[in-house]
Amino acid sequence: MNAPGGVWMRRMIASLLVVLFSAASLNFVALAADTLTVTGAGATFPYPIYSKWFNEYHKLHPEIQINYQSIGSGGGIRQVLEGTVDFGATDGPMTDEQLQQAKTKILHFPTVLGADVPTYNIPGVTQELNFTPEALAGIFLGKITKWSDPELKKANPNVNLPDKNIIVVHRSDGSGTTYVWVDYLAKVSPEWKTKVGVNTSVNWPVGLGGKGNEGVAGLVKQTPNSLGYVELVYAVQNKMAYGRVRNSAGAFVKADLASVTAAASGAAKQMPADFRVSITNAAGKDAYPISSFTWLLVPSKITDPAKKKAIKDFLQWMLADGQNMVEALSYARLPKEVVAMEQKALAQVQ
Amino acid sequence: MQKFARRLKQGDEVAYLITFIFAASIIVITALLVYELYTGSALTRERFGLRFLTSSTWDPVALDFGALPFVYGTVVTSILALLIGVPLGVGAAIFLSELAPPRISDGLAFLIELLAAVPSVIYGLLAIFTLVPLMREYIMPFLESTLGFIPLFQGPAYGVGMLTAGVILAIMILPFLISISREVLLAVPREQREAALALGATRWEMAWHVAVPYARAGIFGSIFLALARALGETMAVTMVIGNDPKINASLFAPSYSIAAVIANEFSEATGNLYISALIELGLVLFGITIIVNAIARLLILATTGGRTH
Repeated sequence: MNAPGGVWMRRMIASLLVVLFSAASLNFVALAADTLTVTGAGATFPYPIYSKWFNEYHKLHPEIQINYQSIGSGGGIRQVLEGTVDFGATDGPMTDEQLQQAKTKILHFPTVLGADVPTYNIPGVTQELNFTPEALAGIFLGKITKWSDPELKKANPNVNLPDKNIIVVHRSDGSGTTYVWVDYLAKVSPEWKTKVGVNTSVNWPVGLGGKGNEGVAGLVKQTPNSLGYVELVYAVQNKMAYGRVRNSAGAFVKADLASVTAAASGAAKQMPADFRVSITNAAGKDAYPISSFTWLLVPSKITDPAKKKAIKDFLQWMLADGQNMVEALSYARLPKEVVAMEQKALAQVQ
Repeated sequence: MQKFARRLKQGDEVAYLITFIFAASIIVITALLVYELYTGSALTRERFGLRFLTSSTWDPVALDFGALPFVYGTVVTSILALLIGVPLGVGAAIFLSELAPPRISDGLAFLIELLAAVPSVIYGLLAIFTLVPLMREYIMPFLESTLGFIPLFQGPAYGVGMLTAGVILAIMILPFLISISREVLLAVPREQREAALALGATRWEMAWHVAVPYARAGIFGSIFLALARALGETMAVTMVIGNDPKINASLFAPSYSIAAVIANEFSEATGNLYISALIELGLVLFGITIIVNAIARLLILATTGGRTH
């Protein structure tokens, strides 16, 4: 009596388990059919426009949900290399060394443009100051120490600059903003290139560090005779005054959406096929020299066909309709030439 | 075995087991933490060795890393915080427990505990908007004109720097100092106080010569907790310390702390060596905490001769 009873019990349990499992998997399939979740992580600078894009795209295509975590460019690069996210995002292009670590080739897709602007606080000076590349490099290297330095006076003949020490303010946290700023300094100053170099954090020769754009802006606002740099978006949204910078054509240009896009079209002619290009100190008389792309990092081989389609469709949409949303959030849009190149490059995602 | 069964029935053994697991989990967590920090920093430990502790270069571009300026900034700001905070905190606790009327004491104690719950970013903002201008316009120039012959109080007054970070840390550790010290002072037995008063002591003499020595161990405990908070505080410090990894004799000069640089640079750090250097900084901070605590405990042992009361 005992043995058959045991068998019966075991059968009972087995069939119950089968039913449970199949129900669970059915449920899972049903969920998966409802929404496809694509995950991304990386740069903080474009986060406002990315979250708007992903939100709008979800409204248009309810079956696709793109989750993006703005954990910083470094984290974005790390996670896309490890394959823990479907795509990454970065403010500074990946280095050759990083690309070699990748199991599948990683492609860069520029999305929008940003810029850094010099902001300052000099009691008694209300005019917009002009900065030459030599002046900015000299100040951040600690060689130009006073506002009354001839290099600054020459560019601002009508401004009464005080004989006071310049207090330099830079970002203390690693950031794409810093990357763009020092990338520019390295291009215009050989000394900066050899002594300091380019990265998201550097060994600053002089200055105080503020955390985030708000930290730098706060220190500049509070410290008389200070000079710092913030993102254009941040300066515009907070109605901060900022200076003009002389570009490679010799014109002093104020950063705005048009002059930043102009820098990108100036660079479009020499755009490398992988889009990893620095557009600081770009050619063109209207170009603002401290501008940069920000990129999405997409693996060239995506095994899940549904995800591959979702990512490609999104990129296609971002290059077309998506671009019309960027200026409302103070980002500069991609120039037409770059959009055309990217549309071609989309074929590389397989 | 029977004994065990009986104890099990009474629930003793169960309680023993459960509480043992809770206590052991703390050791396990600490061990895991150290293990993670140790293995995560293998790259820099191999590459730089002890030079990591003695070098004062922090160059993420050239990948040359040294911890000394961060160690210096962390230790100096914490010492400043204790120098300012301990007399204030213990003094306030003595007033609240011994001299103030109970109703005022309870009311103030409640407010102080509220202060402990304020997020550190709020202290940081307060410091930026009120303390920093105050330091730059008044306190630093005053210190320079009166004590300027000492190198500690020389140099340009930016407003941000080690002194400002020390002051904001002192304010942040005050709630811990006051509320714990007050509790232990209140726990001093009534007989002790009555005996002192019966011998003709004034209330202050009773507080200072009887209550405070009796509560000494607990007061030291509050100082440890305060010190631990000061060493590890991140957000408020990074907002006012100036974030410049250089060693400077002047307290007015900007500096940097270990916790601040990890918070600032970790999210954007690329490259294994860079990340390893930041993790090793965490290991160094852990080491500092242990060393500082050990020194403090030795000091207590020396002053009390091993007695706890």
